[in-house]
This record gives sequence, structure tokens and C-alpha cells, in this order.
Amino acid sequence: MRKFKEFVIEKLILICGIASIFFVILIFLFLLKEGLSVFGTVSPFNFLFGKSWYPISEPPQLGILPLILGSLLVTLGAAIISIPIGVGCAVYIAEVAPGRIKEILKSGIELLAAIPSVVLGFIGMVTLVPLVKNIFHLPTGLTALSGSIMLAFMAMPTIVSIAEDALYSVPKTYKEGALALGATHWQTIWRVILPAASSGILAAIMLGIGRVIGETMAVMMITGNAAVMPNSILAPVRTLTATIAAEMGEAVVGSEHYFALFAVGIVLFVISFIVNVTADLFLHKKQ
Amino acid sequence: MRNPHRTQNIAFFFLLVTTLLIVVPVGLIVVIIIQKGLPAINWQFLSDVPRQGMRAGGIFPAIIGTVYLVSGAIIFALPIGLLAAIYLSEYSKDNPLNRIIKLAIVNLAGVPSVVYGLFGLALFVIFFKFGASILSGSLTLGIMILPIIITTSREALESVPQSFREVSLSLGASKWQTIRHIVLPNAVPGILTGTILGLGRAAGETAPILFTVAAFYLPQLPKSIFDQAMALPYHLYVISTQVPNVDEKIRYGTAFVLLALVLFMNLIAIIIRTKFRKKKKW
Repeated sequence: MRKFKEFVIEKLILICGIASIFFVILIFLFLLKEGLSVFGTVSPFNFLFGKSWYPISEPPQLGILPLILGSLLVTLGAAIISIPIGVGCAVYIAEVAPGRIKEILKSGIELLAAIPSVVLGFIGMVTLVPLVKNIFHLPTGLTALSGSIMLAFMAMPTIVSIAEDALYSVPKTYKEGALALGATHWQTIWRVILPAASSGILAAIMLGIGRVIGETMAVMMITGNAAVMPNSILAPVRTLTATIAAEMGEAVVGSEHYFALFAVGIVLFVISFIVNVTADLFLHKKQ
Repeated sequence: MRNPHRTQNIAFFFLLVTTLLIVVPVGLIVVIIIQKGLPAINWQFLSDVPRQGMRAGGIFPAIIGTVYLVSGAIIFALPIGLLAAIYLSEYSKDNPLNRIIKLAIVNLAGVPSVVYGLFGLALFVIFFKFGASILSGSLTLGIMILPIIITTSREALESVPQSFREVSLSLGASKWQTIRHIVLPNAVPGILTGTILGLGRAAGETAPILFTVAAFYLPQLPKSIFDQAMALPYHLYVISTQVPNVDEKIRYGTAFVLLALVLFMNLIAIIIRTKFRKKKKW
């Protein structure tokens, strides 16, 4: 009887063990199930590279190029801001900061990671957006630039914590060797520790950027949501994620619009899948 | 020749600047929300329903809705996540299946939150016909926090020394008895930390509940798990972008309550973790 009970429990454990695989496949299948129908009306090429997104006009125009470019623009801006700051902060925490300050800084980064994106979006609306508007004398501060700055702060915790892990996992002997040869601490960091941790840092950057591409609420609240081809970082744009979040509430279930939004979801899922698998390969290479 | 020590000082100065560029804004965000949000908090704000098209009154239904959603998510995610962690830490061998599971967890953690919302809409709301309800929202959030619970629980289980297991097995206990009576009790603080972090994440997320549960304005409390509910993060989104002329005090007050809730949970998690580290007897 006890044997039987243990047999059941161990099978249950196995089932839960593979549940993650099951859920990833389930998510993908349901996105496909709802999203692929859109390709009855619009070819995959025209969907990805069509320049107009007018989902409720008659007939609907379902080209997501403006949304893809919107996402790319905001992400690029966020990457330019967050990569140097994030990696710099990781090096400071891992190598320079003294013991107690290190712990305080790490808690600060954890704090940032814990702030809900809707709260960051709200704070961006009331502080950053007016600031951008006044500095650049724009009709509205709801721009790609505001989105980039806010998103940079969402990427930084990821970049800092993973890059810091990568820096820690560089064997102590490398550092001691360099210092023993007379190199300064900075020379050791620059010439020895950073190159040795490079694949982990690359993974950190990729995961940070992955977080930015998938971010929804903050970006919807402060980028202005204009689904047009972006022509400047100081103009309103709309990202892939914000489009889904803003329009799904009004889309009629089973309409072209509804299917198209799920197809946008497929695009996002595929992007995040590629980013995560590649980052994982980098992290794995290290070991 | 350049002086390497001067270079070092300059480099370290810039590293400090980058660090401050992160830490100072974070501090400012928290300070602004506390400074402007705290005065809005009183008993009426916390216990009353929203009135006058959400321009007055309180946020009680949103608080209750978030409590229901988060509880539902954890009821669903904790058993599955814990058993999955036990599998990874105690049963799995270093084989391709193990590798694929780990990759799946990484991917599950990386799926954009709004895609979880789409998935919840397609599977729970439409396919299972649960409708926009607390049940659909909880299950969606539950799947979303699964990776957090699995990863932290697994770390907690793996940090229990191998010798504990060997002693138990050598005394004739079966594998499951060893896990149940030796490994799990020693890993409880770590598992608790992960659970609380998962709770905090579920409480703050907006995108997954947009189409699966969230009600724009619902002055009465939900009566069953098949009812729609208001939720704090969605309420903050609505009063900051969808409803014009909401008093700033109400917006900051709502942001304060949400932030306080999430940070409070993170604080508890950190306290448990530090206490446990100090008490560790191995």
C-alpha cells in the first residue's frame, strides 16, 4: 500500500516537472489557433510589412510594420540608455562597492525590479512626460523618447543582477593572477574580469532587452499610442504590446481585428522565445 | 605615460555615476509616491467603494479583487511549482529532458505579460467558457508566476546538504519519506520566500488581467469565482488614463497602496531570507 502511494506521488511529481513544457506549448498552440486565421484575409508578408494599421476600417488594413518599428525604436532607445548604465552598475556592485554599501545597492536594485509596471507608467506620466515636453518644446511629451527612458529602468534590474552574477562567477584566481603581476584593480577589471564574464554579460543584456520588448503597461501609458510609421524619437509611437493591450478590449471575438491581435501575440511570443533561448545558450556556454 | 592609478580613479568615478543614475531615480520614485500618496490614505479611502465615476470615494473593491486574484493564483501555482521543483532537485538526472524543462521555465518567465493575457483570454475565458472572471484571471496569473516559484523552491531544496538525504536513506527511509520529512522541512523558508515573491508579482501585474477578469467599475464586491472583479493595478491604469479629471490625490493614493502592498511582500521575503541564513546550522 505504501509502495503504491509513493508510486502515485512520484508520478505526480514527474507530471508537475514537465508542466512547464506543457504550458509553453499550450500558450503557443492557443496563440496559433486564434492568430493564424488572420492569414485568410492578409498574406503573412503583407501582415508583417504592411504600412497601415487600420483594423476597424472597412475593409480592415492589417499591416503591423508601424507597430514593429515602434517597438524597435523604443527598445533601441532603452538599450542605448540601459546597457552602459546597467553594466557599469553591475561592475560597481561586484568589484568596487564596499561590503555594506553593496548590500544596500543590491536591495535598491531588487526594489526597482519589484515596482509594478503600471506604477512606473503612472510616475512616468506625471514626472517624465511633462519634462520631455518642456525640454524639447513639443506639443505632447507622450513620445518614443519618454517610453525609452522609462523602459530603460525596467531593463536595468535584469541587466544588473545577471551581469553581476556573471562577474562573480569569474574564478578568483584570474583576479589574483592579474593583481600579482602588478595590474591595478581597474586594469584587472577591464582586461581580465570583463572579458572572462563577457558571455554572461551578453546574456544579461539580451534578457534585459527581452524584458523591454515585452513590457506593456508603462509603454502604453507614456508613448502616446499613435499607430503610424514612426519618423522621430520625439513623436508618439505605438508598440506591439500596447496595441494588444489597448485594442483587445474592443475587438469583437472572431473578427479580423481579434485574429490580427493574436497574430501580433505570435510575433511577440516568437521574439521572446528567440531572445530567451539565445541568452540561455550564452549562459550555458560559460559553464 | 598615462598614470594607471589616475585612470582607475576616473573609471571608478564613472562606475559610481552609473550606479547613482539607477539608485537615485528609484529613491525619488518611492519618495514622490509616499509624499503625495500618504496624505490621501485614510480609513474611508481604504474601505469605501469608488463614487462619482471613480472621482471620489475609496478603492475597497479593487483591494479585495486583488486579494482574491492573488490568492487564487497562489492556490494554483504553489502545488504545481513545488512539485516541479522537487522533480528538478531530487529526481531529474542530467539528461536532455531536464535541459528542455529548464529551457521551458526560462521561456515561461520571458513570455511578455500581455501575451499571458491573450492566452488566458483564448483558453480560460473563451475555450473553457469561464468568462471574464476571478477564476480565469487567477489561473492566468498562476501560470505566469510558476517560473518564480519553481526557481526559488528548487534553489531552496538544492541548498539542503546531500548528507541529510544520505543519513535518512541509510536509516531505511524511502526516497519520498526522505523528501517529505527531511528535505522539505529544511527548505520551507526558501519556498516561502519564493511564494511571497510570486504573490508580489501577481499583485502588481496588469496586462494579464486586462481581458481575463478586470472590471472597469464595479462598486459591489464579487460573490463567486465566476464574477468579474476590480483590481488595484488595473484601477490605477484606468484612473490615470481613461477617466479625465480624477483628483491627483486619488491617483497617488492608489499608486501608494499598490506600491506599499508589493514592497511589503518583498520586504517580508527579504526578512525571511536573512533570518534563515543566520539560523542555518550547516
